[in-house]
Amino acid sequence: MSTEILTLFKIIVSAAFVDNIILARYIGLCPYIGMSSSVANSIGMGMAVTFVMVLASIVTWVLWNFIFVPLGLEYLRIMVFILVIATLVQLVEILLKKNVPNLYRAMGIYLPLITTNCAILAVTFLGVDYGYTLLQVVVYSISVALGFTVALVLLAGIRERLRLARVPQFWQGYPIVFVATCLLAIAFLGFKGLVK
Amino acid sequence: MMREFWHYFRNGLLGENPVLKLMIGLCSVLAVSVRVENCLGMGAAVIFVLTCSSLVISLIRNFVPNEVRIPIFIVVISTFTTIVDLVMKAYLPPLSKAMGIFIPLIVVNCIIMARAEAFASRKPPLLAVADALGMGVGYTLVITAIGVVRELFGYGEILSHPVFPRAYQGMMAMILPPGAFLLIGISIALLNWSLKKVKP
Repeated sequence: MSTEILTLFKIIVSAAFVDNIILARYIGLCPYIGMSSSVANSIGMGMAVTFVMVLASIVTWVLWNFIFVPLGLEYLRIMVFILVIATLVQLVEILLKKNVPNLYRAMGIYLPLITTNCAILAVTFLGVDYGYTLLQVVVYSISVALGFTVALVLLAGIRERLRLARVPQFWQGYPIVFVATCLLAIAFLGFKGLVK
Repeated sequence: MMREFWHYFRNGLLGENPVLKLMIGLCSVLAVSVRVENCLGMGAAVIFVLTCSSLVISLIRNFVPNEVRIPIFIVVISTFTTIVDLVMKAYLPPLSKAMGIFIPLIVVNCIIMARAEAFASRKPPLLAVADALGMGVGYTLVITAIGVVRELFGYGEILSHPVFPRAYQGMMAMILPPGAFLLIGISIALLNWSLKKVKP
């Protein structure tokens, strides 16, 4: 029992910090650059990503282990997973709009952006590739989403400060954002070696 | 017709370069560009998927109902991505292993969806192919340029041939994520600077 908890703890630390999905694995950069202009936006985006990521990895894990592997349909993975995610996002949007309007107002506008967010698709692939159990997949996807949100909120904070800074002309806009990301990535390198 | 073809082809190379100007498709650029060899493989894969899916989407553009166009585009794109994934796994296993998850992730590479939505679904097939080739080559140029710098300074090699003397100890920063982020920032700043210089 205790080794199981230890494994879960290892998954959390490595997915959220050591192998941070943005700063160490370069996945999900488009929303990272696009949605990090203010802290409020980045928190909304982080919530929406967490929600969809956990749902998507549960659904794809169940599909993969109970339908795809027994039937030998592994080669259809890319097509089916992306369609599952697209359908899921649509469903979540409709359900939220109808039943939980408050939550919908908080993260509704971010949902359509998530369909083609590579972070979600990558997590469903990786969860299956690593051979996790269902509980481990849930923990894994929550921690990846946590790492995503932390990186996003950190960058948003930096960008709010950057607006007051005097940036050289050709470095304004995206270039300076990447320099800030570089420094964040250096900070996250400090976690290297924490989990073997 | 030929002039239009070149016009749209050139568009993707510099003026509307997908990576440096439109800021899309960044993930694979940063992740794969550790070695030039991987860059060329990734470039070829993206050019193939982009051109084939643009051609198909342009051919079926008049039969696709507007409401369900996104799922249909996704199916077309994922078909070609699956083809590339399986072919690379079968014939180029080391390259496929080096690029790992980024081959299946071509399906959500924003370049392809963006060009399908913004260009291929509105223009005749020949122009869609021109645009796709231009965007694909523009992507490959950027990723290869970054790959050359990273491999040269990170390992002291180009295409795994040693360039620097044996005593050179690679710069770790170039191989690790921070170097990648810094390089892409520098390239965008350089492009801004050169475009401003050309058009005062």
